[in-house]
Amino acid sequence: MTDRVVSAPDVVTPARLGVVAKYRRAIMRSEALRGYNLLSPTLLFMILFLALPLGLLLVFSFWTQNYLDIDYSFTLANYTKFFDRPVFSYLLGKSILISGSVTIATVILAYPMAYYIAFRVHKHKLVWLILITVPFWTSYLLRVFAWKVILGYNGVINSGLMELGLISEPLEFILYNPFAVVITLAHAWAAFAILPIYVSLEKIDRSLLEAATDLGDTPIMRFFRITLPLSMPGVIAAAMLVFIPTVGDFVTPKMVGGTDGVMIGNVIQSMFGTSHNWPFGASLSIISMTAITIMIVVFLWINRIMRRRA
Amino acid sequence: MSTHTSVTGPRFGPLGIYAITYLAFVYIPVMFLPMFSFNDSVFIAFPLKGFTLEWYRALATSDGLIDALYNSVKIAAVVAVLATALGTLAAKAVTRYKIPGRGPVITFIMTPLVIPGIIMGIALLVIVNMLGIEMSVYTIGLGHLLVSTPFSMLIMVSRLEGFDKNLEEASQDLGEGAWRTFWRVTFPLSVPGIIASLLLSFTISFDEFILAFFLGGQDITLPVYIWGQLRFPAKLPVILALGACILAVSFVLVTFAEWFRRRGVQIKTSSGV
Repeated sequence: MTDRVVSAPDVVTPARLGVVAKYRRAIMRSEALRGYNLLSPTLLFMILFLALPLGLLLVFSFWTQNYLDIDYSFTLANYTKFFDRPVFSYLLGKSILISGSVTIATVILAYPMAYYIAFRVHKHKLVWLILITVPFWTSYLLRVFAWKVILGYNGVINSGLMELGLISEPLEFILYNPFAVVITLAHAWAAFAILPIYVSLEKIDRSLLEAATDLGDTPIMRFFRITLPLSMPGVIAAAMLVFIPTVGDFVTPKMVGGTDGVMIGNVIQSMFGTSHNWPFGASLSIISMTAITIMIVVFLWINRIMRRRA
Repeated sequence: MSTHTSVTGPRFGPLGIYAITYLAFVYIPVMFLPMFSFNDSVFIAFPLKGFTLEWYRALATSDGLIDALYNSVKIAAVVAVLATALGTLAAKAVTRYKIPGRGPVITFIMTPLVIPGIIMGIALLVIVNMLGIEMSVYTIGLGHLLVSTPFSMLIMVSRLEGFDKNLEEASQDLGEGAWRTFWRVTFPLSVPGIIASLLLSFTISFDEFILAFFLGGQDITLPVYIWGQLRFPAKLPVILALGACILAVSFVLVTFAEWFRRRGVQIKTSSGV
């Protein structure tokens, strides 16, 4: 491709080239430069509004709030505060535990669904795919809100059970606890887990499965020896897509979590709201991100060891 | 000799029942919102009291709702166009040119997909605040552009990978310039992807809450409006009506987009989005 471009008939003597034209020619000559030229608006946007703000957040975490002003001197005070007061690490630990449960539940529930669409649906695959993708794009806030309606004191479950005469008083324990948070998140993020798993299952070469059957594998042996290992990339992608965003969630705990269901995201949000301590909020975010990263590295490392053994 | 079904198994069976149950689990909870929005009672509880359009009527006269709706639509429309432009350029760059550092570049652009919304929200809040920019619909739009662009790029990558690169090369070999090739070959073939990207970016922005919550200042969008109204139990039925409307709009847009996007295209992106 490159040589064709170079031999293109737009030959102009170098002396007549302006700066812009020179730049254009240099770009046209190299495929890499042409690619990056095309990529530059998106890349620049991401650097300015993703990398830069995240970097600034890191810097911010080393400053301190002095009433209404920010004290710009470098200090580790926010970090020592985090480790001095057990409540923060407790909340972070609880958030990781909640998100971990949500992740496991979501992935396990999603796998058979993805498997069904990949292997059993032949004619109406498009319909099934659309059915499972649509919730993925629709309002997360409303999906969470729906569970408040369902689990509430006078909600769907309580009023429904009372109407049926199964209970005489509303069950109070179903809303405002960590379990309500887990079930709500598992529902709200369900669609995020199906798609990656489905894609990795769909990619599996069907002749491998036929070969295993021909060589005497039972369907169950075949599943554990071929299908599951080959779909692991999808499972890992699904787990990460669910785990990472849910650790920082503050909407679900606020709506259905009550005091027991408070997560680290609620504390971060309050630091940027009523508690007004931005630097401490920034350091809480940095610590949470670091914890998430460590969890993922450990997870990937365990997965790698398991694969080597297999 | 193995037949096709020995590998794929029966279509209906325990797995089929599971699939139906799963779909019910995904859809039924959300269906309670429209259901109770027509219920003639302030309390969201069984038994249903009868059909009413009262809450939809109240919706039309709610304070601040029209402003919020206008903000949401305005932001979503602009974000849809800009995200699709940025996503398409980036997708073309990574699918058509051999560029060094392709992997890290794609990973970098995809980062917003795996960063908790709250962290992006406060990171943008901090920088916007330091630059002294007043928070408004523009800062919300900025945040939404950041989360929509990666999705747009994924959609466009799978679309551009889905058709033959040789078509573009043939056009160039036949003497068309890069610009003409783009308009006469690449663009028409990408149209389904572009439409899907516009619709989905619009929906992402229209439904997004966390970034709009942190970056809006005095300007509010529909989801932020809903969040604010949740404090008032008496307003709950009206919020249900609003939620039902938003769900209906999102549902139609997304179904249309997905149908456009997946029709006749092999899904190749590893994330499955």
